[in-house]
Amino acid sequence: MHEMSLCEGILQIIESESKQQQFTEVKQVVLDIGVLSGVEILALEFAFEVVMRGSVAEDATLKINQIEAQAWCMPCSETVVIKQRFDACPLCGSYQLQVSSGDEMKIKELEVN
Amino acid sequence: MCTTCGCGTGEVQIEGHDHHHGHDHSHGHDHSHSHDHEHSDHDHSHEHHQQGQDIHYGTGPAHAHAPGLSQSRMVEIEQNILGKNDEYAKENRRYFTDNAMLALNLVSSPGSGKTTLLTRTINDLKDDLSLSVIEGDQQTTHDADRIRETGVSAVQINTGKGCHLDAHMVGHAMANLNPDKGSVLFVENVGNLVCPSAFDLGEAHKVAILSVTEGEDKPLKYPDMFFAADIMLLNKIDLLPYLEFDVEKCIEYARRVNPDIQVLQVSATTGEGMDTWYQWVQASRQLRLIGRSDILNADKPQQMVSV
Repeated sequence: MHEMSLCEGILQIIESESKQQQFTEVKQVVLDIGVLSGVEILALEFAFEVVMRGSVAEDATLKINQIEAQAWCMPCSETVVIKQRFDACPLCGSYQLQVSSGDEMKIKELEVN
Repeated sequence: MCTTCGCGTGEVQIEGHDHHHGHDHSHGHDHSHSHDHEHSDHDHSHEHHQQGQDIHYGTGPAHAHAPGLSQSRMVEIEQNILGKNDEYAKENRRYFTDNAMLALNLVSSPGSGKTTLLTRTINDLKDDLSLSVIEGDQQTTHDADRIRETGVSAVQINTGKGCHLDAHMVGHAMANLNPDKGSVLFVENVGNLVCPSAFDLGEAHKVAILSVTEGEDKPLKYPDMFFAADIMLLNKIDLLPYLEFDVEKCIEYARRVNPDIQVLQVSATTGEGMDTWYQWVQASRQLRLIGRSDILNADKPQQMVSV
């Protein structure tokens, strides 16, 4: 996707937080990334290292919580776990699914000094 | 640098917009802690970790302090990485709503016939509606030039290295366009079926354009885009006799990803099916105008100011 752009966004948030919360070093960045968000984890890890260079998060490690995708299956009236947007319900095979989570893309927390 | 993406400083060019925007968002929050820490006279061999003037030991990862250990703390952020873009999109959306405008974000892969479809649409609708166009491409003003030949005002945004338009760019382009109230704005996004899906521009609908010269399984290959779109225009249907393209299957795939998606079959070259698309545009615009007598009374096609 645009992992480089996302890392620029992450850096922007970190820099504005560093002013607000007065920290000078970020040791760890924790992200929530849903499996449907389209984010390529390996590319994100690579871009993260490059983009954070020279910033308060230069030496930060990146921790990514991968959030599984859930959907509400109407025929089954149940929440099921899916892998992709067009997956059928694993229980009944219907495509009448309403995706309820899995497109998260957010910074959860920072460990800072 | 653009707000959420890494297009880089100076890469984005909006026609008629040559001043530089410094992104200086300063926040005036003061975080002061008023804990008083009494320290006895022994020497501290560990680092002091200060927040401003004050020292706080209770915010470490374990919410406690162990002597000699580095004192770091966790900061809960819970911020959407694209949150900045969403804020700009919200501003755009409010502007569109205030002015009863219908903004459509046209997305597709390169070569699906977006600009041809748009040019024909403009020529067929410009007598009835006030229209304006924002064109997104990495380079060149070719597309905006094609649109301007129709007499409708258009602004080209060159994203440089960027793979999509973002809400901030659209906001600036709007300032140059100065569209009429009650008008229709077409935003032709960068030809890309991946990235533009994640960037809300403040539009009313994303319109996905898929041509039959591409694979019928594109909705499955690029599900995010077809999930984000409200309507899919299946373009170039005049070529169907020469191709092995299963229309039914394509529509089924699109509905698998997005059960709500509406599909219209059109040919921008022959004009076949284009009337259904125009009906959809007109009807969507009418929805925006409901209850807006202030605009309806002034609802006449006006001469657009060219940029």
